[in-house]
Amino acid sequence: MTLTVLIADDEPNILVSLEFMLRREGHRILTAHDGTEALDLIRRERPALVLMDATMPGLTGFEVCEAVRADPSIAGTRILMLSAKARPTDIARGLGAGADAYVTKPFSAAELLERVRGLLT
Amino acid sequence: MTPRGLVAAMLAPGVALALWAVLGAALFLGALGSSGTALRVAAGAALETHGMVLILWWLGTALLGAWLARRLYRTWVLAPSRLLAATRILAAQEDAVSLPDAAPATPATRALAAEIESLARDRNELRAEMAQLVEQASRSVAEQRDQLATLMDELDHAVVVCNRDGRILLFNARMRRLARNLSPQEVTELVGLGRSIHAVLDPAAIAHALETVDGRIARGVPPHSAVAQVVTATPLGHLLRISLAPVRHAEAEDNTLRGYVLLVDDITRDQQQQARRERALLRMAEQGRASIANMQAALEMLDYPDLAPADHDRFLGVIRDEVARMRDRLLSEDEPGPELAARWPLHDMLATDLMAAAVRKLQATANAPITTLPVAEDLWLRIDSFGLIAALDHLATRILSLGADPVLWLRLTRAGGHAHLDLGWVLREGLDPIDARDLSALPDEPTEACAAASVRDVVDRHGGEIWLDRNRDDGRPFFRLLLPLAAVETAPADAPIGGRPEFYDFDLFAAAHAEAGDARPLSALAFTVFDCETTGLDPLGGDEIIQLGAVRILNSRLLTGETIDQLVDPQRPIPEAGIPIHGIRDEMVRGKPTIAQVLPVFHRFAEGSVLVGHNVAFDMRFLKLKEAATGLRFDHPVLDTLLLSSILHPAEESHSLEAIAARLGVQIGGRHTALGDALATAEVFRRMIPLLERQGIVTLGQARAASDRSQFARLRY
Repeated sequence: MTLTVLIADDEPNILVSLEFMLRREGHRILTAHDGTEALDLIRRERPALVLMDATMPGLTGFEVCEAVRADPSIAGTRILMLSAKARPTDIARGLGAGADAYVTKPFSAAELLERVRGLLT
Repeated sequence: MTPRGLVAAMLAPGVALALWAVLGAALFLGALGSSGTALRVAAGAALETHGMVLILWWLGTALLGAWLARRLYRTWVLAPSRLLAATRILAAQEDAVSLPDAAPATPATRALAAEIESLARDRNELRAEMAQLVEQASRSVAEQRDQLATLMDELDHAVVVCNRDGRILLFNARMRRLARNLSPQEVTELVGLGRSIHAVLDPAAIAHALETVDGRIARGVPPHSAVAQVVTATPLGHLLRISLAPVRHAEAEDNTLRGYVLLVDDITRDQQQQARRERALLRMAEQGRASIANMQAALEMLDYPDLAPADHDRFLGVIRDEVARMRDRLLSEDEPGPELAARWPLHDMLATDLMAAAVRKLQATANAPITTLPVAEDLWLRIDSFGLIAALDHLATRILSLGADPVLWLRLTRAGGHAHLDLGWVLREGLDPIDARDLSALPDEPTEACAAASVRDVVDRHGGEIWLDRNRDDGRPFFRLLLPLAAVETAPADAPIGGRPEFYDFDLFAAAHAEAGDARPLSALAFTVFDCETTGLDPLGGDEIIQLGAVRILNSRLLTGETIDQLVDPQRPIPEAGIPIHGIRDEMVRGKPTIAQVLPVFHRFAEGSVLVGHNVAFDMRFLKLKEAATGLRFDHPVLDTLLLSSILHPAEESHSLEAIAARLGVQIGGRHTALGDALATAEVFRRMIPLLERQGIVTLGQARAASDRSQFARLRY
């Protein structure tokens, strides 16, 4: 079964790799370059999983996360936060905002795929 | 000597003589009976012919009597009373041995004066002997004090010792420098003996530190090691770290607070530099992480076996691009921007202490009980408790202001390596919930309590976070603050090592210089003695102050180190007529501060003290007229050396400043400069205090009442 995965990051250089990697997993991939676009796509396309950077222009990843959890129609969306903000307080903030997982950059592809598979089962 | 008394003294003998003559003649004639009638007729005839001689004789006798009476008055009434006044001055002066010239003297008063002078000499000899003994005894004390002073000046901290009310008892040079840096535009010193520390440091921060200390003592920490630290921001944005150590009665059972020692550090620059460095490091680390993540992901994609050549080139392109970006970032001289806020220094605090303090504060704000949940006993936080409680208070105030009469609750729990501090509210049944949208922006509002920082700024100082969260079960919103825990749980307070060393005896603690109340003795009050030079005598007609001089007296000591000597731009020309008196010309005051700038400084200088001046009603009229324009109220108690002099020496004719100074043995230098006159008046006033005490005028209230009764007060007001 093909699942829809949204990747939101303002860095095109990471989008390239993430998109390639997850497409090869057999998912349908959507990309967004800022928080507002990401929230818009989540509402329209109802992806099963969102991979999202914490720092983005427009809405931050934290804010998108809070908005998703506050909206009952999409509150069940799985969210994996992917961020270079790696202090313990950043992680606690991300999880506090409602992320299901928080992966700090840099990460290994294998590890990320493991987390993604875990979230999609 | 009043003129009326003199006239009465001179008239009395003449009147008495006339009465005596008339009464004698009437008695004599009455006793003669019928033969008297002939005599009366003869006397009548004699009066008609020689009446003029009789009247002249009577007048001559009356004049002789008056002259005698005047001599007697000067000799027996005036001379003793002057001698009395002179003796009082002699008695009140420390080292005088001779009486001031008491003009009309008699052999008896001269002899008495010689005896008094000899007594005074004996007194001085005794005093000198005593002084020698005291000096010997106090030399070692002075040495200790010098050592203390040296020690304090060499200290790396600004030190100030205050009594309970925040009045400064002791401070070091570094403290004075620090206060100057805090308010470089001030004309006067904010730090001085007897002044309030609250002019320099936020009273709320000190109160908070005192509360923390009380909390620790209540928890069983020995008083000598119950020290509190708080960081506060000044209005100009300086960041001060204050350590407060309480000073208590060593022997007293109740352990009451006598005062406190403050160590103050201006950590603004350190903090800013450190925060900039840390921010720069953090940003570099995050940029590095992102770049490495991009490269690592691209590299791992390159390992895929069946990669299309186009994808291969794309991932190589990503790596090249990231390498170039990292190189550019490292080579660019990218100074951290000024927008980076200072990171606050934090201190360790027991969670129970924080909760207790927060509950106290919020209960006072809400005027209702706050619901709390139990807090783990061993939970230590690393926080800025003062800022944090102010932030909580701001949140609470805003929640309460949204109406619906919510009941606040507070919860503090450990959450892994952090703590959650939650502030929520419960509405009474049946009321609509507060719209969470009204609240989500609340943490970002600037607050007054936290020196214009927002609640989020305060939380950011902790490296923490704040957000509006919801209860999992009922969906009720609450604010959650994520706070750091203390790295190492603070060890219990050290045991005292042979008690606290005593290197100085702070007798000063006993002297509380609270506000000047009528019941307080003059000798224990703070006075601000001042004088104004003006363009003329008529403030209502547009005359203005052109110079203000002031000096303080504390504990009967003239604090010559704390003065105001300020030329004032009257914003009008100075009339030629006054220039020979005060010597101040237009060009001297041009560009000087205006009275609107000087009066607030003077007002603060005189805070909590009694205003004193010579013929002070004149100066007060100028000050009072400026009240509306400056918004200041000069409602201090006021004393006038002119009135006090008339109370002390009613027999003297002149109460000019020069005359009083000469009487009391005060040398005047720099007359008719405002500060010169203020200093002379201050010295005169200082010497009057013991003289007033001898007349039973001890308290401020008594001095004011006596002034009101003085004949000069009636004449002049």
